[in-house]
Amino acid sequence: MSSAEARPAPHDPDALFVRLVRAHRDLSPEESRRLDAALVLLLVEASGDPARLEAAIAAARTALGKPVEPPEELRE
Amino acid sequence: MRRVNPVYPFRPPPELAHGRGSAPVVVVGAGVVGLTVALDLARHGIATIVLDDDDTVSVGSRAICWSKRTLEIYDRLGLGQRLLDKGVTWKVGKVFFRDRLAYEFDLLPEPGHRMPAFVNLQQYYLEEWLVEACTASGLVDLRWRSRVEEIAPRPDGVELRVVTPEGAYRLDAGWLLACDGARSTVREALGLRFLGKVFRDRFLIADVVIEGFAMPAERRFWFDPPFHPGQSVLLHKQPDSMWRIDFQLGAEADPEAEKDPARVAARIRAMLGPEVPFELEWVSVYTFRCRRLERFRHGRIFFVGDSAHQVSPFGARGGNGGVQDADNLVWKLAAVLEGRAPESLLDSYDAERIPAADENILHSTRATDFITPRTEAGRAYRDAVLLLAKEHPFARRMVNAGRLSTPHICRESPLSTPDGEAWAGGPPPGAPAIDAPLADGSFLLQRLGGEPVLLVFGATPPALPGLRSLSVPAEGLAAERWDARPGTTYLLRPDQHVAARFREPDPARIEAALQRMWGRARGEGIRR
Repeated sequence: MSSAEARPAPHDPDALFVRLVRAHRDLSPEESRRLDAALVLLLVEASGDPARLEAAIAAARTALGKPVEPPEELRE
Repeated sequence: MRRVNPVYPFRPPPELAHGRGSAPVVVVGAGVVGLTVALDLARHGIATIVLDDDDTVSVGSRAICWSKRTLEIYDRLGLGQRLLDKGVTWKVGKVFFRDRLAYEFDLLPEPGHRMPAFVNLQQYYLEEWLVEACTASGLVDLRWRSRVEEIAPRPDGVELRVVTPEGAYRLDAGWLLACDGARSTVREALGLRFLGKVFRDRFLIADVVIEGFAMPAERRFWFDPPFHPGQSVLLHKQPDSMWRIDFQLGAEADPEAEKDPARVAARIRAMLGPEVPFELEWVSVYTFRCRRLERFRHGRIFFVGDSAHQVSPFGARGGNGGVQDADNLVWKLAAVLEGRAPESLLDSYDAERIPAADENILHSTRATDFITPRTEAGRAYRDAVLLLAKEHPFARRMVNAGRLSTPHICRESPLSTPDGEAWAGGPPPGAPAIDAPLADGSFLLQRLGGEPVLLVFGATPPALPGLRSLSVPAEGLAAERWDARPGTTYLLRPDQHVAARFREPDPARIEAALQRMWGRARGEGIRR
């Protein structure tokens, strides 16, 4: 695959999905988690807007059927 | 082991004969914080009785990193030069991930300060010197092997039962300062809730003597180093060719087995290499919590230092936070005892030091969460930050191996007069004074002392009865750091924090700010 083919066009949802999955292809589950974390950090930095991260966290937790805010940690 | 701790003798106090006595101020705990409180009160001419259930100073190095602000406080108390002479001065920190440098920081890049960013010194030295200074003051009655067993708070004081090797006695204290550490017996006797976050990871702490070990005086922190895989390690240089090493052990480690000298030596050998000879001086295994009392003042009882709040060791915020509590409380208590201020001034201790404790707890909790991730996700983000740090500045700023202690700025202090003019810099109300060299070779902070001072730049200070003034030029480094123009005037508290600042030395505004600093309501009258 050439680098042009590897980059999805902005409005090609199928290619975007494949691109994300493909980035993990040779990784162990642990490496995969690390890659996702690195991707999130880089995208948050690129967006430059903390409100967009807040909105994304809320949307993602809602999609998982979880409350937007996790319960408070136990204090002892 | 080379070090031998001093043993302070028990001397039967006169109260043992009649079974009862009284004192205006009693301090419980002769650790760094209790001794600092007693010494500072002595500098104000106030006598104290200090009770401690032990008869020596700290065993092992314990708190070792004394911050710039703490050093400035000890300079005011007369121990600054001694700390500088004996301690290891440092300001650079390096953070490694696996086998490479991930991040480096300089805590005091500019010159022109009397005190450095940090001095490393074993807690036992500081305690020994504090004992000497307290004794020399003639105002501190140090009572070793004296355990407080009962505490009965009353509206006008506190009644204590003190148990000694030669019997018990009752002591009526006008004020009780609980400086008795994280396991405070005073706090327990009062049944106060001490809530917060518990961290399960165990850490091994070792004082190691390594003669001729060539490493610069800097703080080194490793995440997942080859010599201690999967965990973190912290290295600090101390005086006497001694190094302090903290090894993270994880939550499952067996604390007793880990203290085995052969096992500790193997860990150190892995770190230093087989050819470096060393001697183990002290070893301990610890866990920690980040928590605080809901209030630090309970009527006539004050909690100071670890008895009031506890933090993780990452950031050097425990000892330094405690010394700054002492600095905050003592001038207020002295003013109340001398009749210069109403008792309500003492409530500002809570107003100013609870936010400071929260700041310390926040930073030390965040550092601990970064250093000891408790979930798979936490670990993945942590490792991702460390991997990105080499190439990406934003990730470098996220690397948190401890955000080192900086003085708290009491932004919401009831004692501060809010700014009425425009300022582009300089210490705002509630901030500690900023040091700078003066033309005569002295430093500004040394000239402030421990009483309220009016600092006036490039103008003649107004004559205000009972208020000392210090006049400095409106040009030069001091003027620059204080955003000063001719006429710029700062009112400084006895703890060298800014109470108010003005562009002109207007006596009426200064007087009003002074009243507010002493905690006097408007129209309460002027007493000095």
